[in-house]
Amino acid sequence: MLAVILRRLLQSILVMLAVALVSFGLFRYIGDPIHNMVGQEATLAEREQLREHLGLNDAVPVQFARFVGNALRGEFGISYRMARPVADVIRERLPATLELALISGSAALLAGIALGVYTALRRDGWLSHAIMSASLIGVSLPTFLIGILLIYVFAVELKVLPAFGRSETVQLGWWNTGLLTASGLKSLILPAITLGLYQLTLIMRLVRAEMLEVLRTDYIKFARARGLSDRSIHFRHALKNTLLPVITIAGLQIGSIIAFAIITETVFQWPGVGLLFITAVQFVDIPVMAAYLVLIALIFVVINLIVDLLYFAVDPRLRVRRTGRGT
Amino acid sequence: MAPPPLSPNDAPLLRVRGLRIEFPTRRGTLVAIDDVSFDVARGEVLGMVGESGAGKSLTGAAIIGLLEPPGRIAGGEILLHGRPIHALPPAEMRRIRGRHISMVFQDPLTSLNPLLTVGDQIVETILTHKPIGEQAARRRAVELLEEVGIPAPDQRIDHYPHQFSGGMRQRVVIALALCADPELIIADEPTTALDVSVQAQIIALLRRLCREHHTAVILVTHDMGVIAETADRVAVMYAGRIAEIGPVREVVKQPQHPYTRGLMGSIPVLGAGSRRLVQIDGAMPRLTAIPSGCAFHPRCGEAFARCREERPELLAAGHARAACWLYAGDNAAERAR
Ligand SMILES: Nc1ncnc2c1ncn2[C@@H]1O[C@H](COP(=O)(O)OP(=O)(O)O)[C@@H](O)[C@H]1O
Ligand code: SF4
Ligand SMILES: [Mg+2]
Repeated sequence: MLAVILRRLLQSILVMLAVALVSFGLFRYIGDPIHNMVGQEATLAEREQLREHLGLNDAVPVQFARFVGNALRGEFGISYRMARPVADVIRERLPATLELALISGSAALLAGIALGVYTALRRDGWLSHAIMSASLIGVSLPTFLIGILLIYVFAVELKVLPAFGRSETVQLGWWNTGLLTASGLKSLILPAITLGLYQLTLIMRLVRAEMLEVLRTDYIKFARARGLSDRSIHFRHALKNTLLPVITIAGLQIGSIIAFAIITETVFQWPGVGLLFITAVQFVDIPVMAAYLVLIALIFVVINLIVDLLYFAVDPRLRVRRTGRGT
Repeated sequence: MAPPPLSPNDAPLLRVRGLRIEFPTRRGTLVAIDDVSFDVARGEVLGMVGESGAGKSLTGAAIIGLLEPPGRIAGGEILLHGRPIHALPPAEMRRIRGRHISMVFQDPLTSLNPLLTVGDQIVETILTHKPIGEQAARRRAVELLEEVGIPAPDQRIDHYPHQFSGGMRQRVVIALALCADPELIIADEPTTALDVSVQAQIIALLRRLCREHHTAVILVTHDMGVIAETADRVAVMYAGRIAEIGPVREVVKQPQHPYTRGLMGSIPVLGAGSRRLVQIDGAMPRLTAIPSGCAFHPRCGEAFARCREERPELLAAGHARAACWLYAGDNAAERAR
């Protein structure tokens, strides 16, 4: 088991290095960093001096090593547009995105599992059919459209929820949270639904298909043949086996929730890293873009590691070594 | 401690009468089991043989109340101690499963929940059926594992299914099937998926335990040798019907139905050489095209006019009963030809 974890760690490091390389390439070769920093007025000598000062004349591998070293310390240089350290800007914006992703991700996961199990157990009920049909809408409507529709109904027409922003937030150390105020929570609702709806329908359909599959297995038939109660068969025997393959997908979905937050944050003007990234793209603010890339990759990698560890926790076939073979 | 009989009369443990199982399909209704009747006495081992697709598993599923939709019992009745159980509400049927009728499936590798220890699965089953505490149930589980021949049962109880070999897993499955002391076990090809070297052990175990617990068994198998050694009576199924049923010795030594003769003809000497069923010329008909009259007539070397028109009932034939017109009194002349 330790060996597997070590191998996964190594793989993660390689992935992060690859992403760092892309990010470094972006930083180094898209546009001229010096030009971006000092603008038109600087003299040639000044530019050359800055170039030397920043180490841009060093060999590329040396520069890459320095980039990685800085990244490890969380330093991604100075934002061209805001003239502030990128790390500071990201730290300000990250809580908004993480809170949104966490809330909408866990809601999507819980509701997705509950609805998936329900529609699998009541396969022929009218409510299941209704849920399945509705889920098609969730899968096919683009995120921005869902967001705009929600804003129109709940903010413009009904005027019960705010249309944009995080409303009041509370500062906890460097963490800026919207979870502690009523208005903060209220403004979380629409973006969280917008962001999570697609994942919810995906997880629900996956859980349903997987649950139906498990209900057809021999061990479920044998459990029925032993007279176990439906409740135990469904929730003790079937659900756990259903969730095993769901863990992987769910992990990836949470990752993509953070990545796809860009659209939702734009629609709702949510002050998170997604919105930061979009603005950075508009202004070709390369350091911010580079940092964002590395951050998203890191989140994906960490989630993948957690998924692997969860597998060990849940599946005894991975956890226990084979013993006592023979008849 | 066998559960008290559900009715005080002398009805056999299990009585199946005129069982008919249908599958509604878009192109009409498929009749998979047609007019099947047989009894199982207390403690008796009824062997059940027949080509694959003959309806053995469906019959077992109907008895234990686990027919999968769209399959349905369209006629006949199933009586346990004389009490009809084929149309019980689900909750009542569940109390019969495990406690009165239990089942052993074909593949021990897939019969156990991979995420629960064997102890969890046994204890849960005991607690479902018996009014005892968790500690007592666990002690009983260890005893059961010991009884089915699992070494070091007090340690093995906490192991997961994947830590057991196929043969050991089938022993666990048998322990699970027995843990609420049922009166009848339906063992559907319990050794087909196992290594040849452990098949005999598992059959011997099943036989010994059922004798000790006075449990009746419906033993579905392709192995005529096993039937000959284990069963008290044998039912031969063909195309969803019973072709012949009777005491095992007679049916094996002097098969009466032409189909059974074909089956037995494929085992020249009992106890030597291949004991497996070998197919007779031709194939069993599909459900969509069951022949008129006797379903076996296209393959039967002794068929005559009546066989194509009228379906034979089970008729007395030697010490057994066979669904064959050769044994109708008014055909005695033809039989003597
Ligand atoms: N779900 C189903 N739909 C249609 N036909 C079925 C279904 N399940 C079983 N059958 C048919 O019922 C017949 C008997 O099947 P089964 O009892 O499994 O045979 P056996 O166990 O003797 O090999 C087969 O011809 C099979 O095709
Ligand atoms: S009834 Fe006729 S066709 Fe059927 S087995 Fe007997 S002799 Fe053969
Ligand atoms: Mg079968």
